[in-house]
Amino acid sequence: MSTPATEYSLAELMIVAGAEAFRNDGEVLATGIGMIPRLAASLAMKTFNQDLMMTDSEAYLLSEPNPVSGRSSHEGQQKETWMGFSRIFDNVWSGKRHAMVGPTQIDKYGQSNISALGGSYDQPKVQMLGARGFPGNSICHANSFFVPTHNTRVFMGGECDMVCSIGYNPERLPKGYTMDDIDIRLVITDLCVMDWNGPNNMLRVISLHPGISIEQVLENTGFEVHAEADLPTTPAPTEEQLAVISQLDPQNWRSKQIKDNPPGDRS
Amino acid sequence: MSKVLSAQEAVAQIKDGMTIGIGGWGPRRKPMALIRELLRSDVKDLTVVSYGGADVGMLCAAGKVKKVVFAFVSLDFIPLEPYFRKARQTGSIEVMEIDEGMMLLGLRAAAWNVPYIPTALGLGTDVIKHSDDLKVIDSPYDDKEWVAMPALKLDVSLIHVNRADKRGVCQITSPDHYMDDWFARAAETTIVSCEEIVESDFFTQGDEARSVYWERCQTTSVVEIAGGAHPSSCAPSYGFDVPHFKEYNGSAKEGGFAAYAEKYVSGKSEEEYQQSVGGLDAIQKLPLPVY
Repeated sequence: MSTPATEYSLAELMIVAGAEAFRNDGEVLATGIGMIPRLAASLAMKTFNQDLMMTDSEAYLLSEPNPVSGRSSHEGQQKETWMGFSRIFDNVWSGKRHAMVGPTQIDKYGQSNISALGGSYDQPKVQMLGARGFPGNSICHANSFFVPTHNTRVFMGGECDMVCSIGYNPERLPKGYTMDDIDIRLVITDLCVMDWNGPNNMLRVISLHPGISIEQVLENTGFEVHAEADLPTTPAPTEEQLAVISQLDPQNWRSKQIKDNPPGDRS
Repeated sequence: MSKVLSAQEAVAQIKDGMTIGIGGWGPRRKPMALIRELLRSDVKDLTVVSYGGADVGMLCAAGKVKKVVFAFVSLDFIPLEPYFRKARQTGSIEVMEIDEGMMLLGLRAAAWNVPYIPTALGLGTDVIKHSDDLKVIDSPYDDKEWVAMPALKLDVSLIHVNRADKRGVCQITSPDHYMDDWFARAAETTIVSCEEIVESDFFTQGDEARSVYWERCQTTSVVEIAGGAHPSSCAPSYGFDVPHFKEYNGSAKEGGFAAYAEKYVSGKSEEEYQQSVGGLDAIQKLPLPVY
Protein backbone atom coordinates (compact mmCIF):
# COMPACT_ATOMS: atom_id res chain seq x y z
CA MET A 1 0.00 0.00 0.00
CA SER A 2 2.40 2.68 1.14
CA THR A 3 5.94 2.60 -0.13
CA PRO A 4 8.42 4.96 1.56
CA ALA A 5 10.13 7.10 -1.05
CA THR A 6 13.91 6.94 -1.28
CA GLU A 7 14.33 10.32 -2.95
CA TYR A 8 12.45 13.34 -1.74
CA SER A 9 13.19 16.97 -0.92
CA LEU A 10 13.21 18.62 2.49
CA ALA A 11 10.20 20.65 1.34
CA GLU A 12 8.31 17.42 0.62
CA LEU A 13 9.31 15.95 3.99
CA MET A 14 7.98 19.09 5.68
CA ILE A 15 4.73 18.98 3.68
CA VAL A 16 4.14 15.40 4.77
CA ALA A 17 5.08 16.14 8.40
CA GLY A 18 2.82 19.21 8.28
CA ALA A 19 -0.12 17.19 6.93
CA GLU A 20 0.00 15.11 10.12
CA ALA A 21 -1.08 18.21 12.06
CA PHE A 22 -4.50 17.95 10.37
CA ARG A 23 -4.93 14.15 10.54
CA ASN A 24 -7.33 13.99 13.49
CA ASP A 25 -9.03 17.35 13.05
CA GLY A 26 -12.28 16.09 11.57
CA GLU A 27 -14.45 18.69 9.88
CA VAL A 28 -12.63 22.02 10.35
CA LEU A 29 -11.36 24.76 8.09
CA ALA A 30 -7.70 24.00 7.40
CA THR A 31 -5.70 27.10 6.56
CA GLY A 32 -2.06 26.90 5.53
CA ILE A 33 -0.42 30.29 5.19
CA GLY A 34 2.42 30.00 2.69
CA MET A 35 3.09 27.33 0.09
CA ILE A 36 4.36 24.47 2.29
CA PRO A 37 1.64 24.82 4.95
CA ARG A 38 -1.00 25.10 2.20
CA LEU A 39 0.34 21.96 0.52
CA ALA A 40 0.40 20.23 3.93
CA ALA A 41 -3.28 21.00 4.53
CA SER A 42 -4.15 20.08 0.93
CA LEU A 43 -2.33 16.74 1.20
CA ALA A 44 -4.21 15.96 4.43
CA MET A 45 -7.53 16.80 2.75
CA LYS A 46 -6.69 14.72 -0.33
CA THR A 47 -5.62 11.67 1.70
CA PHE A 48 -6.27 10.83 5.34
CA ASN A 49 -8.72 13.57 6.37
CA GLN A 50 -11.17 14.15 3.55
CA ASP A 51 -13.55 15.91 5.95
CA LEU A 52 -11.32 19.00 6.07
CA MET A 53 -12.49 22.23 4.49
CA MET A 54 -10.25 24.61 2.55
CA THR A 55 -10.80 27.90 0.74
CA ASP A 56 -9.57 29.27 -2.57
CA SER A 57 -7.69 31.96 -0.58
CA GLU A 58 -10.11 34.45 -2.08
CA ALA A 59 -13.82 34.07 -1.39
CA TYR A 60 -15.06 30.46 -1.69
CA LEU A 61 -14.93 27.24 0.29
CA LEU A 62 -13.87 24.31 -1.88
CA SER A 63 -14.77 20.63 -1.92
CA GLU A 64 -11.38 19.86 -3.50
CA PRO A 65 -8.24 21.86 -2.69
CA ASN A 66 -6.96 23.98 -5.56
CA PRO A 67 -3.50 23.13 -6.87
CA VAL A 68 -0.99 25.77 -5.75
CA SER A 69 0.58 26.06 -9.20
CA GLY A 70 -0.34 25.53 -12.84
CA ARG A 71 -3.66 27.41 -12.82
CA SER A 72 -4.39 30.51 -14.85
CA SER A 73 -7.75 31.39 -13.27
CA HIS A 74 -10.24 30.42 -10.57
CA GLU A 75 -12.60 28.99 -13.23
CA GLY A 76 -13.77 25.45 -12.63
CA GLN A 77 -12.69 25.22 -9.00
CA GLN A 78 -14.89 23.03 -6.75
CA LYS A 79 -16.87 25.74 -4.93
CA GLU A 80 -19.27 24.70 -2.19
CA THR A 81 -20.13 27.97 -0.43
CA TRP A 82 -19.24 31.65 -0.41
CA MET A 83 -16.51 32.27 2.16
CA GLY A 84 -15.52 35.93 2.05
CA PHE A 85 -13.35 37.37 4.81
CA SER A 86 -16.23 38.37 7.09
CA ARG A 87 -17.46 34.76 6.91
CA ILE A 88 -13.94 33.54 7.71
CA PHE A 89 -14.22 35.43 11.00
CA ASP A 90 -17.55 33.74 11.74
CA ASN A 91 -15.72 30.45 11.27
CA VAL A 92 -12.68 31.54 13.35
CA TRP A 93 -14.86 32.61 16.26
CA SER A 94 -16.73 29.29 16.16
CA GLY A 95 -13.42 27.52 16.80
CA LYS A 96 -13.82 25.15 13.86
CA ARG A 97 -10.49 25.96 12.26
CA HIS A 98 -6.86 24.92 12.40
CA ALA A 99 -4.32 27.31 10.92
CA MET A 100 -0.67 26.58 10.14
CA VAL A 101 1.22 29.85 10.17
CA GLY A 102 4.82 31.00 9.89
CA PRO A 103 5.76 33.44 12.66
CA THR A 104 8.96 35.49 12.62
CA GLN A 105 9.49 34.92 16.34
CA ILE A 106 8.33 32.12 18.65
CA ASP A 107 9.18 32.19 22.35
CA LYS A 108 9.30 29.49 25.04
CA TYR A 109 5.61 30.01 25.83
CA GLY A 110 4.53 29.39 22.25
CA GLN A 111 3.71 33.07 21.89
CA SER A 112 4.52 34.36 18.42
CA ASN A 113 5.20 37.57 16.50
CA ILE A 114 4.68 38.77 12.94
CA SER A 115 4.18 42.45 13.78
CA ALA A 116 7.39 44.30 14.58
CA LEU A 117 10.97 43.73 15.73
CA GLY A 118 13.32 45.63 18.00
CA GLY A 119 13.34 49.27 19.04
CA SER A 120 10.31 50.38 20.99
CA TYR A 121 6.66 49.75 20.26
CA ASP A 122 6.22 53.39 19.24
CA GLN A 123 9.23 53.20 16.97
CA PRO A 124 10.12 49.61 16.06
CA LYS A 125 13.41 48.87 14.34
CA VAL A 126 11.61 46.73 11.77
CA GLN A 127 7.90 47.07 11.10
CA MET A 128 6.51 43.86 9.63
CA LEU A 129 2.91 42.92 8.80
CA GLY A 130 1.05 43.82 11.96
CA ALA A 131 -0.70 41.33 14.24
CA ARG A 132 -3.13 40.33 11.42
CA GLY A 133 -5.48 37.60 12.68
CA PHE A 134 -3.01 36.10 15.16
CA PRO A 135 -4.61 37.41 18.38
CA GLY A 136 -8.07 36.13 17.43
CA ASN A 137 -6.90 32.88 15.85
CA SER A 138 -4.84 31.93 18.90
CA ILE A 139 -7.65 32.42 21.43
CA CYS A 140 -10.34 30.84 19.20
CA HIS A 141 -8.90 27.76 17.50
CA ALA A 142 -5.97 25.38 17.00
CA ASN A 143 -2.76 26.67 15.47
CA SER A 144 0.42 25.00 14.24
CA PHE A 145 3.68 26.67 13.31
CA PHE A 146 5.83 26.29 10.22
CA VAL A 147 9.45 27.45 10.47
CA PRO A 148 11.53 27.11 7.29
CA THR A 149 14.78 28.05 9.05
CA HIS A 150 15.16 26.76 12.59
CA ASN A 151 17.45 29.21 14.41
CA THR A 152 17.72 31.28 17.56
CA ARG A 153 16.32 34.37 15.87
CA VAL A 154 12.99 32.59 15.39
CA PHE A 155 13.11 30.49 18.57
CA MET A 156 14.30 33.40 20.64
CA GLY A 157 15.26 33.74 24.29
CA GLY A 158 12.92 35.91 26.38
CA GLU A 159 9.48 36.97 25.17
CA CYS A 160 8.51 37.97 21.63
CA ASP A 161 9.08 41.66 20.83
CA MET A 162 5.36 41.96 20.15
CA VAL A 163 3.19 39.12 21.42
CA CYS A 164 0.66 38.64 18.61
CA SER A 165 -0.67 35.24 19.63
CA ILE A 166 -1.47 33.87 23.08
CA GLY A 167 0.66 31.00 24.35
CA TYR A 168 1.22 28.97 27.50
CA ASN A 169 2.38 31.91 29.60
CA PRO A 170 0.92 31.79 33.13
CA GLU A 171 1.56 35.54 33.53
CA ARG A 172 -0.72 36.33 30.61
CA LEU A 173 -3.41 33.72 31.07
CA PRO A 174 -6.73 35.61 31.02
CA LYS A 175 -9.06 35.44 34.00
CA GLY A 176 -11.28 32.37 33.85
CA TYR A 177 -8.96 30.51 31.45
CA THR A 178 -6.80 27.42 31.97
CA MET A 179 -3.84 26.27 29.91
CA ASP A 180 -6.17 23.70 28.35
CA ASP A 181 -7.99 26.56 26.62
CA ILE A 182 -4.81 27.30 24.63
CA ASP A 183 -4.37 24.96 21.66
CA ILE A 184 -1.00 25.09 19.92
CA ARG A 185 -0.33 21.91 18.01
CA LEU A 186 2.71 20.98 15.92
CA VAL A 187 5.82 22.95 15.05
CA ILE A 188 7.34 21.86 11.73
CA THR A 189 10.86 23.16 11.08
CA ASP A 190 13.63 22.29 8.65
CA LEU A 191 15.28 20.27 11.45
CA CYS A 192 12.50 18.50 13.32
CA VAL A 193 8.87 18.16 14.38
CA MET A 194 7.90 19.47 17.80
CA ASP A 195 4.83 20.05 19.96
CA TRP A 196 4.07 21.85 23.24
CA ASN A 197 3.46 18.73 25.29
CA GLY A 198 6.67 18.80 27.32
CA PRO A 199 6.44 19.37 31.11
CA ASN A 200 4.34 22.51 31.75
CA ASN A 201 3.67 22.93 28.04
CA MET A 202 7.34 23.12 27.24
CA LEU A 203 8.36 22.80 23.60
CA ARG A 204 9.17 19.14 22.97
CA VAL A 205 10.94 17.45 20.08
CA ILE A 206 8.91 14.54 18.73
CA SER A 207 10.99 13.55 15.71
CA LEU A 208 14.22 14.55 14.03
CA HIS A 209 14.45 14.86 10.27
CA PRO A 210 16.72 12.27 8.62
CA GLY A 211 20.37 13.18 9.19
CA ILE A 212 19.67 15.80 11.88
CA SER A 213 20.99 15.43 15.44
CA ILE A 214 19.33 16.60 18.63
CA GLU A 215 22.39 18.79 19.23
CA GLN A 216 21.61 20.75 16.06
CA VAL A 217 18.08 21.38 17.33
CA LEU A 218 19.22 22.44 20.79
CA GLU A 219 21.96 24.72 19.42
CA ASN A 220 19.48 26.46 17.17
CA THR A 221 16.78 27.02 19.78
CA GLY A 222 17.15 30.02 22.09
CA PHE A 223 15.39 28.39 25.03
CA GLU A 224 15.19 25.02 26.73
CA VAL A 225 13.52 22.28 24.71
CA HIS A 226 12.33 18.99 26.08
CA ALA A 227 13.77 15.96 24.31
CA GLU A 228 13.66 12.33 25.29
CA ALA A 229 16.41 9.85 24.44
CA ASP A 230 16.17 7.81 21.22
CA LEU A 231 13.95 10.18 19.29
CA PRO A 232 12.31 8.74 16.20
CA THR A 233 13.14 9.95 12.70
CA THR A 234 10.48 11.96 10.87
CA PRO A 235 8.89 9.46 8.47
CA ALA A 236 9.82 9.79 4.81
CA PRO A 237 6.98 10.64 2.41
CA THR A 238 5.43 7.65 0.71
CA GLU A 239 5.49 7.35 -3.08
CA GLU A 240 1.71 7.78 -2.95
CA GLN A 241 2.03 11.03 -0.99
CA LEU A 242 4.65 12.36 -3.42
CA ALA A 243 2.28 11.61 -6.29
CA VAL A 244 -0.52 13.59 -4.62
CA ILE A 245 1.88 16.46 -3.86
CA SER A 246 2.96 16.64 -7.49
CA GLN A 247 -0.72 16.81 -8.54
CA LEU A 248 -1.23 19.66 -6.08
CA ASP A 249 1.89 21.46 -7.31
CA PRO A 250 2.47 20.45 -10.94
CA GLN A 251 4.98 23.24 -11.53
CA ASN A 252 7.09 22.25 -8.53
CA TRP A 253 6.91 25.64 -6.84
CA ARG A 254 7.67 23.77 -3.61
CA SER A 255 11.26 23.38 -4.84
CA LYS A 256 11.72 27.14 -4.47
CA GLN A 257 10.51 27.36 -0.88
CA ILE A 258 13.60 26.22 1.01
CA LYS A 259 16.99 27.70 0.10
CA ASP A 260 18.84 25.45 -2.39
CA ASN A 261 16.03 22.86 -2.22
CA PRO A 262 17.99 20.37 -0.08
CA PRO A 263 17.17 16.66 -0.03
CA GLY A 264 14.95 15.37 2.77
CA ASP A 265 17.61 12.98 4.02
CA ARG A 266 20.73 14.91 5.02
CA SER A 267 22.70 12.01 6.55
CA MET B 1 -32.30 62.51 -5.91
CA SER B 2 -28.72 62.61 -7.09
CA LYS B 3 -25.67 62.02 -4.88
CA VAL B 4 -23.26 62.27 -7.77
CA LEU B 5 -20.23 64.51 -7.17
CA SER B 6 -16.81 64.98 -8.68
CA ALA B 7 -13.95 63.35 -6.77
CA GLN B 8 -12.75 66.78 -5.69
CA GLU B 9 -16.20 67.81 -4.42
CA ALA B 10 -16.64 64.52 -2.59
CA VAL B 11 -13.24 64.56 -0.93
CA ALA B 12 -13.76 68.20 0.14
CA GLN B 13 -16.06 66.74 2.82
CA ILE B 14 -12.95 65.45 4.62
CA LYS B 15 -11.57 67.92 7.16
CA ASP B 16 -8.43 68.10 9.31
CA GLY B 17 -8.44 65.71 12.24
CA MET B 18 -11.25 63.49 10.97
CA THR B 19 -11.36 59.70 11.34
CA ILE B 20 -11.68 58.06 7.95
CA GLY B 21 -12.36 54.44 7.09
CA ILE B 22 -11.11 52.96 3.84
CA GLY B 23 -12.76 49.90 2.29
CA GLY B 24 -11.08 47.07 0.36
CA TRP B 25 -8.32 44.77 1.61
CA GLY B 26 -4.56 45.13 1.11
CA PRO B 27 -4.08 45.60 -2.66
CA ARG B 28 -7.69 44.73 -3.49
CA ARG B 29 -10.52 47.12 -4.44
CA LYS B 30 -9.14 50.19 -2.72
CA PRO B 31 -10.67 53.61 -3.57
CA MET B 32 -7.31 54.80 -4.86
CA ALA B 33 -8.58 57.62 -7.07
CA LEU B 34 -10.24 59.14 -3.98
CA ILE B 35 -6.99 58.61 -2.06
CA ARG B 36 -5.11 60.45 -4.81
CA GLU B 37 -7.61 63.30 -4.53
CA LEU B 38 -7.03 63.36 -0.78
CA LEU B 39 -3.25 63.46 -1.38
CA ARG B 40 -3.78 66.58 -3.52
CA SER B 41 -5.76 68.31 -0.75
CA ASP B 42 -4.49 70.25 2.28
CA VAL B 43 -6.16 67.90 4.76
CA LYS B 44 -4.00 66.64 7.64
CA ASP B 45 -4.03 64.94 11.05
CA LEU B 46 -6.27 62.12 9.88
CA THR B 47 -6.96 58.95 11.83
CA VAL B 48 -7.17 56.14 9.28
CA VAL B 49 -8.99 52.84 9.84
CA SER B 50 -8.19 50.31 7.15
CA TYR B 51 -7.36 46.74 6.17
CA GLY B 52 -4.38 48.56 4.83
CA GLY B 53 -2.47 48.60 1.60
CA ALA B 54 -0.98 51.43 -0.45
CA ASP B 55 -3.91 53.62 0.68
CA VAL B 56 -2.40 53.77 4.17
CA GLY B 57 1.19 53.90 2.89
CA MET B 58 0.56 56.85 0.57
CA LEU B 59 -1.37 58.86 3.16
CA CYS B 60 1.42 58.26 5.71
CA ALA B 61 4.11 59.19 3.19
CA ALA B 62 2.29 62.41 2.32
CA GLY B 63 2.13 63.44 5.98
CA LYS B 64 -1.65 63.29 6.16
CA VAL B 65 -1.85 60.83 9.02
CA LYS B 66 -1.84 61.30 12.77
CA LYS B 67 -2.88 57.78 13.70
CA VAL B 68 -3.46 54.45 11.96
CA VAL B 69 -5.90 51.86 13.29
CA PHE B 70 -4.71 48.61 11.70
CA ALA B 71 -4.33 44.85 11.85
CA PHE B 72 -1.97 44.78 8.88
CA VAL B 73 -0.69 47.05 6.14
CA SER B 74 0.47 44.94 3.20
CA LEU B 75 0.55 44.75 -0.58
CA ASP B 76 0.19 40.92 -0.36
CA PHE B 77 2.73 39.91 -3.00
CA ILE B 78 5.00 42.58 -1.53
CA PRO B 79 4.36 41.65 2.10
CA LEU B 80 5.56 44.85 3.76
CA GLU B 81 4.09 48.22 2.75
CA PRO B 82 7.18 50.42 2.27
CA TYR B 83 5.84 53.79 3.41
CA PHE B 84 3.81 52.52 6.35
CA ARG B 85 6.99 50.77 7.39
CA LYS B 86 8.94 54.00 7.13
CA ALA B 87 6.34 55.90 9.14
CA ARG B 88 6.46 53.30 11.91
CA GLN B 89 10.24 53.02 11.93
CA THR B 90 10.66 56.78 12.23
CA GLY B 91 7.99 56.90 14.95
CA SER B 92 6.06 59.53 13.00
CA ILE B 93 2.56 58.10 13.51
CA GLU B 94 0.45 56.92 16.41
CA VAL B 95 -1.12 53.49 16.08
CA MET B 96 -3.88 51.33 17.44
CA GLU B 97 -2.91 47.80 16.42
CA ILE B 98 -5.73 45.28 16.63
CA ASP B 99 -6.69 41.87 15.30
CA GLU B 100 -8.41 41.74 11.88
CA GLY B 101 -11.60 40.47 13.48
CA MET B 102 -11.49 43.14 16.19
CA MET B 103 -11.61 45.76 13.46
CA LEU B 104 -14.77 44.16 12.08
CA LEU B 105 -16.30 44.16 15.57
CA GLY B 106 -15.35 47.82 16.08
CA LEU B 107 -17.05 48.77 12.81
CA ARG B 108 -20.13 46.75 13.76
CA ALA B 109 -20.29 48.40 17.18
CA ALA B 110 -20.21 51.81 15.47
CA ALA B 111 -22.84 50.71 12.96
CA TRP B 112 -25.09 49.35 15.69
CA ASN B 113 -24.70 52.37 17.98
CA VAL B 114 -23.29 50.37 20.88
CA PRO B 115 -20.14 51.51 22.72
CA TYR B 116 -18.33 48.19 22.44
CA ILE B 117 -18.68 44.50 21.62
CA PRO B 118 -17.29 41.94 24.08
CA THR B 119 -14.90 39.44 22.57
CA ALA B 120 -12.10 37.03 23.45
CA LEU B 121 -9.99 38.39 20.58
CA GLY B 122 -6.79 39.98 21.81
CA LEU B 123 -6.74 38.38 25.29
CA GLY B 124 -3.26 37.42 26.45
CA THR B 125 -1.52 39.37 23.67
CA ASP B 126 0.22 42.72 23.33
CA VAL B 127 -2.60 44.33 21.36
CA ILE B 128 -4.37 44.95 24.67
CA LYS B 129 -1.11 46.02 26.33
CA HIS B 130 -0.11 48.64 23.75
CA SER B 131 -3.44 50.31 23.17
CA ASP B 132 -4.86 52.57 25.86
CA ASP B 133 -8.13 52.53 23.93
CA LEU B 134 -8.73 48.84 24.62
CA LYS B 135 -10.23 47.83 27.94
CA VAL B 136 -10.63 44.36 29.42
CA ILE B 137 -13.84 43.94 31.38
CA ASP B 138 -15.70 41.44 33.56
CA SER B 139 -18.88 39.85 32.32
CA PRO B 140 -22.20 39.98 34.17
CA TYR B 141 -22.90 36.46 32.88
CA ASP B 142 -19.72 34.43 33.48
CA ASP B 143 -16.42 34.49 35.39
CA LYS B 144 -14.20 35.21 32.41
CA GLU B 145 -12.68 38.49 31.33
CA TRP B 146 -13.45 39.91 27.90
CA VAL B 147 -11.97 42.52 25.62
CA ALA B 148 -14.42 45.41 25.16
CA MET B 149 -13.74 46.22 21.51
CA PRO B 150 -14.77 49.90 21.23
CA ALA B 151 -16.91 51.24 18.42
CA LEU B 152 -14.73 52.56 15.59
CA LYS B 153 -16.87 55.55 14.69
CA LEU B 154 -15.90 57.02 11.36
CA ASP B 155 -16.48 60.55 10.15
CA VAL B 156 -16.05 59.51 6.53
CA SER B 157 -15.65 56.21 4.69
CA LEU B 158 -14.13 55.86 1.25
CA ILE B 159 -15.18 52.78 -0.73
CA HIS B 160 -14.76 51.64 -4.34
CA VAL B 161 -17.47 49.49 -5.93
CA ASN B 162 -18.27 48.03 -9.34
CA ARG B 163 -21.56 49.84 -10.01
CA ALA B 164 -23.78 52.44 -8.41
CA ASP B 165 -26.81 54.47 -9.37
CA LYS B 166 -27.03 58.18 -8.70
CA ARG B 167 -29.08 57.58 -5.55
CA GLY B 168 -26.27 55.53 -3.96
CA VAL B 169 -27.42 51.97 -4.60
CA CYS B 170 -23.98 50.30 -4.73
CA GLN B 171 -23.20 46.92 -6.23
CA ILE B 172 -20.06 44.87 -5.56
CA THR B 173 -19.61 42.05 -8.06
CA SER B 174 -16.07 41.18 -6.90
CA PRO B 175 -16.03 37.77 -5.21
CA ASP B 176 -15.66 39.41 -1.79
CA HIS B 177 -17.21 42.66 -0.60
CA TYR B 178 -14.77 42.52 2.37
CA MET B 179 -15.98 44.72 5.26
CA ASP B 180 -17.17 47.50 2.96
CA ASP B 181 -20.77 47.21 4.18
CA TRP B 182 -19.56 47.81 7.74
CA PHE B 183 -17.36 50.73 6.67
CA ALA B 184 -20.44 52.25 5.03
CA ARG B 185 -22.57 51.72 8.14
CA ALA B 186 -19.91 52.88 10.63
CA ALA B 187 -19.49 56.28 8.95
CA GLU B 188 -21.39 59.55 9.15
CA THR B 189 -20.51 60.24 5.52
CA THR B 190 -19.83 57.48 3.00
CA ILE B 191 -18.18 58.41 -0.27
CA VAL B 192 -18.35 55.70 -2.91
CA SER B 193 -16.41 55.70 -6.16
CA CYS B 194 -17.61 53.28 -8.80
CA GLU B 195 -16.47 51.79 -12.08
CA GLU B 196 -19.78 52.71 -13.66
CA ILE B 197 -22.93 54.69 -12.86
CA VAL B 198 -25.99 52.80 -14.05
CA GLU B 199 -29.70 53.58 -14.26
CA SER B 200 -31.66 52.43 -11.21
CA ASP B 201 -33.59 49.83 -13.19
CA PHE B 202 -30.31 47.97 -13.76
CA PHE B 203 -30.77 46.47 -10.29
CA THR B 204 -34.25 45.14 -11.07
CA GLN B 205 -32.79 42.65 -13.55
CA GLY B 206 -32.17 39.02 -12.57
CA ASP B 207 -30.20 38.69 -9.32
CA GLU B 208 -28.35 42.01 -9.64
CA ALA B 209 -29.87 43.28 -6.36
CA ARG B 210 -28.32 40.32 -4.47
CA SER B 211 -24.87 41.91 -4.72
CA VAL B 212 -25.99 45.20 -3.15
CA TYR B 213 -24.73 44.99 0.46
CA TRP B 214 -26.10 48.14 2.07
CA GLU B 215 -29.14 50.36 1.67
CA ARG B 216 -28.71 53.60 -0.24
CA CYS B 217 -29.33 55.70 2.90
CA GLN B 218 -25.82 54.60 3.96
CA THR B 219 -24.30 56.16 0.83
CA THR B 220 -23.71 59.91 0.93
CA SER B 221 -21.85 60.63 -2.31
CA VAL B 222 -21.26 58.78 -5.56
CA VAL B 223 -18.29 59.44 -7.85
CA GLU B 224 -17.90 57.71 -11.20
CA ILE B 225 -14.27 56.78 -11.84
CA ALA B 226 -13.70 53.80 -14.14
CA GLY B 227 -10.31 52.35 -13.20
CA GLY B 228 -10.53 54.18 -9.89
CA ALA B 229 -9.11 51.31 -7.85
CA HIS B 230 -5.81 51.30 -9.77
CA PRO B 231 -3.13 50.22 -8.84
CA SER B 232 -5.23 47.94 -6.59
CA SER B 233 -7.54 45.39 -8.18
CA CYS B 234 -11.23 45.61 -8.95
CA ALA B 235 -12.41 42.11 -9.80
CA PRO B 236 -13.94 41.06 -12.10
CA SER B 237 -12.85 44.06 -14.18
CA TYR B 238 -9.11 44.14 -13.53
CA GLY B 239 -6.33 42.78 -11.33
CA PHE B 240 -3.74 44.71 -9.41
CA ASP B 241 -0.87 46.35 -11.29
CA VAL B 242 2.19 44.35 -10.26
CA PRO B 243 4.80 46.47 -12.13
CA HIS B 244 3.28 49.67 -10.77
CA PHE B 245 3.35 48.37 -7.20
CA LYS B 246 6.96 47.31 -7.72
CA GLU B 247 7.83 50.80 -8.91
CA TYR B 248 5.95 52.30 -5.94
CA ASN B 249 7.76 49.94 -3.57
CA GLY B 250 11.09 50.76 -5.20
CA SER B 251 10.46 54.48 -4.82
CA ALA B 252 10.78 54.07 -1.06
CA LYS B 253 14.40 53.03 -1.58
CA GLU B 254 15.22 55.48 -4.33
CA GLY B 255 13.60 58.83 -5.00
CA GLY B 256 11.17 58.75 -2.12
CA PHE B 257 7.44 59.38 -2.13
CA ALA B 258 7.88 62.96 -3.32
CA ALA B 259 9.25 61.66 -6.63
CA TYR B 260 6.43 59.11 -6.96
CA ALA B 261 3.83 61.79 -6.17
CA GLU B 262 5.46 64.21 -8.58
CA LYS B 263 5.30 61.64 -11.37
CA TYR B 264 1.77 60.34 -10.74
CA VAL B 265 -0.30 62.49 -8.38
CA SER B 266 0.61 66.13 -7.76
CA GLY B 267 -1.20 68.57 -10.00
CA LYS B 268 -2.54 65.79 -12.21
CA SER B 269 -6.12 64.94 -13.03
CA GLU B 270 -7.25 61.33 -12.74
CA GLU B 271 -7.31 61.19 -16.53
CA GLU B 272 -3.68 62.30 -16.64
CA TYR B 273 -2.87 59.72 -13.97
CA GLN B 274 -4.46 56.98 -16.03
CA GLN B 275 -2.58 58.11 -19.14
CA SER B 276 0.67 57.93 -17.19
CA VAL B 277 0.01 54.29 -16.29
CA GLY B 278 -0.94 53.23 -19.80
CA GLY B 279 -4.54 54.42 -20.05
CA LEU B 280 -7.89 53.01 -18.93
CA ASP B 281 -7.78 50.25 -21.53
CA ALA B 282 -4.50 49.00 -20.13
CA ILE B 283 -5.89 49.12 -16.57
CA GLN B 284 -8.95 47.14 -17.63
CA LYS B 285 -6.70 44.50 -19.19
CA LEU B 286 -4.67 43.87 -16.01
CA PRO B 287 -5.04 40.14 -15.33
CA LEU B 288 -6.94 38.97 -12.26
CA PRO B 289 -4.72 37.38 -9.60
CA VAL B 290 -4.82 33.60 -9.16
CA TYR B 291 -4.41 32.52 -5.55
